[in-house]
Amino acid sequence: MNVTRGFTGRPRVHNPGLPPGQYDAGDDWPVLSAEVTPDLAPADWTFRIDGLVARPHTWDWDAAHALPGSVYEGDIHCVTSWSKFGVRFGGVSLDVFLDAVRPDTSATHAVAYSHSGYTTNLPLADLTGGRAWIAWEYGGEPLPAEHGGPARLLVPHLYFWKSAKWIAGIRLLDHDEPGFWEQNGYHARGNPWEEQRYSGD
Amino acid sequence: MTSTRAATSVTAPTTATVAEAGVRADPGFTPPTRFAVPGRIAVSNRAAALWQTATLTEIRRETARVATFRFAVPGWAGHLPGQHLMLRLTAEDGYRAQRHYSLASPPDDTGHIELTLDHVEGGEVSGWFHTEARPGDEVEVRGPLSGFFAWPGDRPALLIGAGSGVVPLMSMIRHHRVRGLEVPLRLLVSARAPEELIYAREYGTETTPVFTRRAPEGVPVGRLSAAHVAPLLAERPAGGWEAYVCGSNAFAEHASRLLVQAGQPVDHIRIERFG
Repeated sequence: MNVTRGFTGRPRVHNPGLPPGQYDAGDDWPVLSAEVTPDLAPADWTFRIDGLVARPHTWDWDAAHALPGSVYEGDIHCVTSWSKFGVRFGGVSLDVFLDAVRPDTSATHAVAYSHSGYTTNLPLADLTGGRAWIAWEYGGEPLPAEHGGPARLLVPHLYFWKSAKWIAGIRLLDHDEPGFWEQNGYHARGNPWEEQRYSGD
Repeated sequence: MTSTRAATSVTAPTTATVAEAGVRADPGFTPPTRFAVPGRIAVSNRAAALWQTATLTEIRRETARVATFRFAVPGWAGHLPGQHLMLRLTAEDGYRAQRHYSLASPPDDTGHIELTLDHVEGGEVSGWFHTEARPGDEVEVRGPLSGFFAWPGDRPALLIGAGSGVVPLMSMIRHHRVRGLEVPLRLLVSARAPEELIYAREYGTETTPVFTRRAPEGVPVGRLSAAHVAPLLAERPAGGWEAYVCGSNAFAEHASRLLVQAGQPVDHIRIERFG
């Protein structure tokens, strides 16, 4: 251990919800997107699932909102080291969308993509079982554009770059295919509890 | 607006995908949207996994709240202008704090790198640097990181930064100068007042400072505006500008909107937001 002379750091708070190397951002919610925030109205938003599925399908804003709603209350973790506690997102569980398209048994991975062209890859198992959402509300209000509104993917058990803003679609594949940050040296899975920040972690 | 068109042109779900046809998708999946994210720039990621010791060798004051810290990192693998690193400090009880910081120095082979850090109110890492650190101290770094906000010096670059957002842009300007590059390079840098302008003595004819609260005599006070951006876009260098925007999220939103409104293609705007 390389102790830094004179460094004491913040008062230690025992927080079992804080993954290793993370700090509590409190009320802040930093915005870190690398591209121009798209000017996307709800009426122009669509969400498609295709690839290795029986019935590829596209939902528009109204069709997605007609699905049974679901809420995520919990924490989110960004690879840049901040975590945010007690957030509340509203939307629809991704399981509902996936049930409608009937994934093929050969599907093992997915690429989520944004209306901005951003991409991120995930194992399909991380998108099922009540652990992923399409979210359009934050704290009971419409999700702001800079945080991915009108709607974003939400996969809160992974680093937040996996929760693609301005979600446009998910393609199911039988192999892993690195997305935008993953091609830029970031970890393929991004589990904050194992501190999978960069490839090789 | 370009971004609106980018968003609305993808609503028709007509594309039959290669995966549906039972064909393995090509490596490098490109979504069926008008691709608005600029592509990655080829960089080596081989050094990113290793934590290395960085020994502080020099501290230079830039402004009342900002200083530059020079480190010896003998194993540094080199970097591209614009890239960042992760830095961590370790307390005696094992507690660690880590942050991302942009590299201020241009790539060179001296085994030294420089970071320019704001003294953040209540910041545990920047606070240590500004109140405790002295030459000889050791910290740990890993990097360089990211092949997105990086400029290899191969294309015209239009740089827009505010506050300490100018730090990665200064690495680009220094690189341009040190290598004697002739590819066009321009910088719009926003600061509240002359005494808060980082690297004030280093700017040349490539730079236009913008002062938002107080300016030197004869220089207007005001926010970065379309009037600043328009003449630069009008230069139309061969191959077009690659725009690099760096600063707070509010500044990045403002500056990137100005660029889009002035006709800069969204897939040639790279943004680094400090958060």
